[in-house]
Amino acid sequence: MLLETTGLTTRYGSISALRDVSLSVGAGEVVGLIGPNGAGKTTLLGTVAGLLRPAAGTVRFDGADMTGKAPDRMLRAGLALVPEHRRIFVDLTVVENLKIGGITLPPAQRPALLEEMAELFPVLRDKWDTAAGYLSGGEAQQLAIARALMSKPRLLMMDEPSLGLAPVLVDVVFELISTLRDQGCTMLVVEQNANRMLEVADRAYVLRSGALVAAGTGPELLARDGLFDTFVGGTAE
Amino acid sequence: MTELIQNVIDGLGRGSIYALLALGVAVIFGVMHLLNFAHGELITVSGYAAYAAFSSGWSWFLVAPLIIVVSIVSALLIERVAFSRVRGASDFTLVLTSFGIHFLVSAVFVMYVGARVKTFSEPGWIADTYSIGPIAVEVFDTVVIAVTIVTLLATVAILQRTMFGLALRAAAEDFDTARLMGVNSDRVIRGAFALSGALAGIAGIFWLMRAGNTAPSAGIDPMLKGVLAALIGGLGSMRGAVLGGLALGVAEVVLRSQLPGEAAALTEGVVFALIALLFIFRPQGLISVAHAERV
Repeated sequence: MLLETTGLTTRYGSISALRDVSLSVGAGEVVGLIGPNGAGKTTLLGTVAGLLRPAAGTVRFDGADMTGKAPDRMLRAGLALVPEHRRIFVDLTVVENLKIGGITLPPAQRPALLEEMAELFPVLRDKWDTAAGYLSGGEAQQLAIARALMSKPRLLMMDEPSLGLAPVLVDVVFELISTLRDQGCTMLVVEQNANRMLEVADRAYVLRSGALVAAGTGPELLARDGLFDTFVGGTAE
Repeated sequence: MTELIQNVIDGLGRGSIYALLALGVAVIFGVMHLLNFAHGELITVSGYAAYAAFSSGWSWFLVAPLIIVVSIVSALLIERVAFSRVRGASDFTLVLTSFGIHFLVSAVFVMYVGARVKTFSEPGWIADTYSIGPIAVEVFDTVVIAVTIVTLLATVAILQRTMFGLALRAAAEDFDTARLMGVNSDRVIRGAFALSGALAGIAGIFWLMRAGNTAPSAGIDPMLKGVLAALIGGLGSMRGAVLGGLALGVAEVVLRSQLPGEAAALTEGVVFALIALLFIFRPQGLISVAHAERV
């Protein structure tokens, strides 16, 4: 397994946002993480990425214990996160955002990667030297993903990549996930759009109130009555 | 009219020094959200280093680079000893820490060097002037303005063209996300302190040339000017800091010369009144930083 968490528990003060979560992502897999608002999805990604320190449990990446390591260490190990709300640097230009994404790489590798991103994201190429604050929501989301890809991650984690986007742009995001999957990119994706996610994911975990309540492939999960009642219909589009 | 032009040139010379100080304050505020009331201490320490060097027979040519080096090293040392321990604490804790350093440095010099003012000789050319038509321009102001322009261009080049500059700007906008992208927080913060130290060092050379002395409390005035100018410009904005410094310098010189008779003595008060007025109409300062949200 490329990523493996065991018994991961994260607290904000005395509140446990995440309780005893054990999950794994194998190399080449696309794994979805779905659940209602406040289920702890963002906390889980934040804990894995090193932004939050777990109160208990371990995070293993490629066999090595990486529990509690700082975000830049995790990134160097090959784990990139597209954060919730994109968090692109609006005062920096598009290309500067991408360069920051590749800051951990040897400088000589950056030009080729920038070229790669320009090909994968044609909308960004046209705005290379534009301040990222002027991008539309869809463009900004693509920039956030491209910025994470600039570190050549072995595992790409995305937090709600389709959130707040117009339906046509949601399509763009899911097409992108499919493209990346076909290129062999390993992904762990948090999505509120459960149905769409289950279409592109190899399998998924369902998180509720900080704990895993189900795991399996798309068809398996969809076949389980009542599992998604609490949030699927209500939050899709 | 001639007098006004002359005042403005004088003011720009004075304001250039403020601008360099304010830029250092803005750089630190940007990455750490720390309003650094200890910034002036870089000039206190540099001043004593200069005094020691002059006592050993050094000339300004050697002392000037020494001041820059001492200022950078002091900035890094202050970060290491004090600010690195309160990183991520509330803004209030950071401000109090910086005040503590400010008083501590003064106290150390009072205890170990003495409370008396230490004087050294200003460079011979400090009062020289040349004239452009009816306007007499100080050589000193000219040098200050020229060096400031070069320094600002170099700073812009560092911020725009180097990976360090890019990381610094990214961290100033969103520190957590920058870390997430692999920006090393220690390195970027130390770099910011080194940069602010270098800027304070260059400002310090001119400040000390003009003052011709140093004292335990010598840091208060440059600290006030730097912090005020950064506030006027809009905290966190580097362009604003430079503008704020120049505006402050010009306002001081013009008011001192144009206020009638006795009122000239009230220049400082009038300047503060003007600043208060500015904040009533533009609480965010001259240039607002839209994305200064920080942890």
